[in-house]
Amino acid sequence: MSADNGILQTLRTGLWDDNPGLVQLLGLCPLLAVTTSFVNGLGLGIATLAVMALSNTLISATRRWIRREIRIPMYVLIIASLVTCIELLFKAWFPDLDRSLGIFIPLIVTNCTIVARAEVFASRNPVAASLADGVAMGAGFAALLCAVGLFREFVGQGTLFARLDMLLGGEPMPGIVLADGGFLLAILPPGAFLSLALAVAAKNYLDLRRRRSDQADLRHSERPRSREDGA
Amino acid sequence: MKDYHDPATSRPIWASGLILAVLAAVCTALVAYTNRYAAPLIAANEQKYLERSLQPVIAGIPYTGKLSESTIVIDTPHALPGREPVTVYRVFSDDGPVAALFVVTAMDGYSGPIRLLIGIDFRGHLTRVRVLQHRETPGLGDAIDSTRSDWIDQFDGASLESPPRDEWAIRRDGGQFDQLTGASITPRAVVKAIKATLVYFEVHREAVFAPPVTGTTNDNER
Repeated sequence: MSADNGILQTLRTGLWDDNPGLVQLLGLCPLLAVTTSFVNGLGLGIATLAVMALSNTLISATRRWIRREIRIPMYVLIIASLVTCIELLFKAWFPDLDRSLGIFIPLIVTNCTIVARAEVFASRNPVAASLADGVAMGAGFAALLCAVGLFREFVGQGTLFARLDMLLGGEPMPGIVLADGGFLLAILPPGAFLSLALAVAAKNYLDLRRRRSDQADLRHSERPRSREDGA
Repeated sequence: MKDYHDPATSRPIWASGLILAVLAAVCTALVAYTNRYAAPLIAANEQKYLERSLQPVIAGIPYTGKLSESTIVIDTPHALPGREPVTVYRVFSDDGPVAALFVVTAMDGYSGPIRLLIGIDFRGHLTRVRVLQHRETPGLGDAIDSTRSDWIDQFDGASLESPPRDEWAIRRDGGQFDQLTGASITPRAVVKAIKATLVYFEVHREAVFAPPVTGTTNDNER
């Protein structure tokens, strides 16, 4: 993973190949705790994405002053300030969503993905690449939050996209009501673990299948070549 | 003694301190600036939220101004339920006092304190009662929550005269109020807290509505 891989590759890495939640299994505490509905997942996803993009940018911009022995305090300072700012803005712009997410907005500060990206990427790469990396990783995390939230809301409550008004404003929106009530387990903490496990399993399955078909293609295309080589 | 030098940059350690100090100042400024922008919006949101959560308890009785406009805080020790100071939202119309909304805490719930918002009109009749916060057992005690069942609605319009004072208890204890299937500690605590608040109001009504009538806006609560 380097800066010259191009934006698309960076995005692909964050969203799929090296997804913070699915592959690195980082930041699972907020992931498991808030994903009781889609709007909760989306809200925390946006907040985390914003913090990651900004922290990567700031850390990359100041990287020539970052010195080994004080780099962790510097990351902590920058990330903590950004999280506080995002928390204030959430309280100002989306009060209902903030109330629903509760402590997990300030707790973004403890999301180890953020400090990991600062250390591994932003402190050694130019600003644009670091911003792209932050956006990609944040988007990967946010996408997983949304997916797990959507799944748990659907199974546990029988609705889709309920209460989007917490993000968009206006009158309470019931969302798409598919059933009256649902399988409560999905909303409860065990449901969070089960849903995440399903998501990780699904990703691994898709990857495995693709790798198999790639290998099959490779074998097909290699055979004639090896004959040529032998000739 | 020689200064410690970073082997990579061969800069002295005090420079690191300086960098950190400057960064800390910049970050503080960033937070302070954001706060200056957000603080008024947050205050307005909280006011709106408070107004919205008080609204159901007034039960449609006409009033003027805002529900959270005139608050008093009754300091401990007091005869009200709970060990904390109690906030009272006083509601007025042009003709005088209309109702008082008490935020009290029933300490003897099944699992922890139950925060109640109790509306009492000027005559001492309950307007409506709502549970603000509780940790009662889901499926049993949590039926006191108006989003779970309509159990709490049986208090609408009740007063110390109806039902009579000594029948302010759940049925199992010889009173007039419905209990909950599988939970008697929870409803008992709620009934007791409501009764205590009504008794307090009966005794201290004049003090509760005493001036200053307006201008004592207190939006630090909740």
